[in-house]
Amino acid sequence: MPRTQAVRDWATDFDVLDDGYVADPFAVWDRLRGTCPVAHTDRRGSTWLPTRYDDVVALAHDIDHFSSLKISVIPVEDEIAPEDRVLPYGLPPISSDPPLHTWTRRLLLPWFSHRRVDGYEAMTRQLCSGLVDSFVDTGRADAAAGYAQQIPVRVIAHILGVPTELADTFTGWVRDVLEFADDPVRRAAGADGLLNFFIAEVARRRTEPGDDLLSELMHSEVDGKPVDDGIVLGTAALVLIAGVDTTWSAIGSSLWHLATHPGDRRRLATEPDLMPTAVEELLRAYSPVTMAREVVEDIEFEGCPMQAGDKVLMNFPGANRDPEAFDRADAVVLDRAVNRHVAFGSGIHRCAGSNLARMELRVALEEWLARIPEFRLAGDEVTWAGGQVRGPRRLPVVFP
Amino acid sequence: MRIRVDPDKCEGHARCYGLAPELFDVDDYGLSTVKGDGTVPPALEDKARLAIANCPEYAVEELDD
Repeated sequence: MPRTQAVRDWATDFDVLDDGYVADPFAVWDRLRGTCPVAHTDRRGSTWLPTRYDDVVALAHDIDHFSSLKISVIPVEDEIAPEDRVLPYGLPPISSDPPLHTWTRRLLLPWFSHRRVDGYEAMTRQLCSGLVDSFVDTGRADAAAGYAQQIPVRVIAHILGVPTELADTFTGWVRDVLEFADDPVRRAAGADGLLNFFIAEVARRRTEPGDDLLSELMHSEVDGKPVDDGIVLGTAALVLIAGVDTTWSAIGSSLWHLATHPGDRRRLATEPDLMPTAVEELLRAYSPVTMAREVVEDIEFEGCPMQAGDKVLMNFPGANRDPEAFDRADAVVLDRAVNRHVAFGSGIHRCAGSNLARMELRVALEEWLARIPEFRLAGDEVTWAGGQVRGPRRLPVVFP
Repeated sequence: MRIRVDPDKCEGHARCYGLAPELFDVDDYGLSTVKGDGTVPPALEDKARLAIANCPEYAVEELDD
């Protein structure tokens, strides 16, 4: 049964959870760009969907009018007053504006610097290679559930200092929170699981601090004061959520592309020097992440009467397919030299983990292609998750 | 050829560093700066142009001196 009511007019009644849109949003964006480049819906609250590169970038930079306090377009009915919640600030820095955003982001960034990420590469490579070992002789694999999904969760667990053996549990919670956000029961179960887990991890570190990200967050001082527990918990939950679902989606989409485009696959397998531009191009063409902003006060944007409290989807994936911004925007060009893509966002909320995500995507593709240069879809059904993070969830492939 | 990174525009995408580590440094917070006074050796001018053309924030600039 479809998850949503059929959409008849994408300009006035779009739905990001529509099955057809989840499987192929590209045709919808192309049509909208030519007819109604900022679409609107009243489903799940008044929400706008820009589709042009310049508009998305302009919105991302206008932090005075477009707040990050609410980043989900699927509303949560929360009866508890913000100050009484376990996470009074949500998941900072992604769900915050300056000044809170500025200092919480500075706590995180050094953990994802180029220097640190170089240090995570060897373990990532070993992890990918071990996963390939587990299925390479069988001639088939689920490249999403059996490979892409298994990688980022373990790297981020290592960085946070939490047990990698719990990877499947973490993945379940993250899927409940993001992929099934429209199901109140699953969403609450995932959020409770995550939160209770981190409450226990924080308690343990009070007496046994480690050298991990979570311990450092707890023992950091800002302006001479320790960081509030609500911020520590929210930031830790963010790192896990954002570190798992997004990169797994990018790896899965890239493998889907290579499974369905033999020319690109052979070229990348035989010309490994193409990897740096190929990684950027795959990120552009299959950008997974679409966070939202909340309109702060009534404002007209590109002729659209946006009202305080409306949401705006930061359609970076659609911006990256805009033919005004990219030659042959709909084609994957592995050696595309000029590629000002915004897969990681634009402005002050640029993805804090972008260096890590790039490294994971590159290493995951390198290790796969080195051992499995020839592969194709198994013919079984590929399934996609969508909404605000898009990527394949089942991707059965076969290889000789 | 001489280049600079506008610190008010740089948001830490690190595309310049990825394309031309010979010309840029990047700090622990992701902010990029040019090495030395930003003078680009002739052999690296193509890389410098790529860094300019790939910055999503238009933060890498060629200076007219």
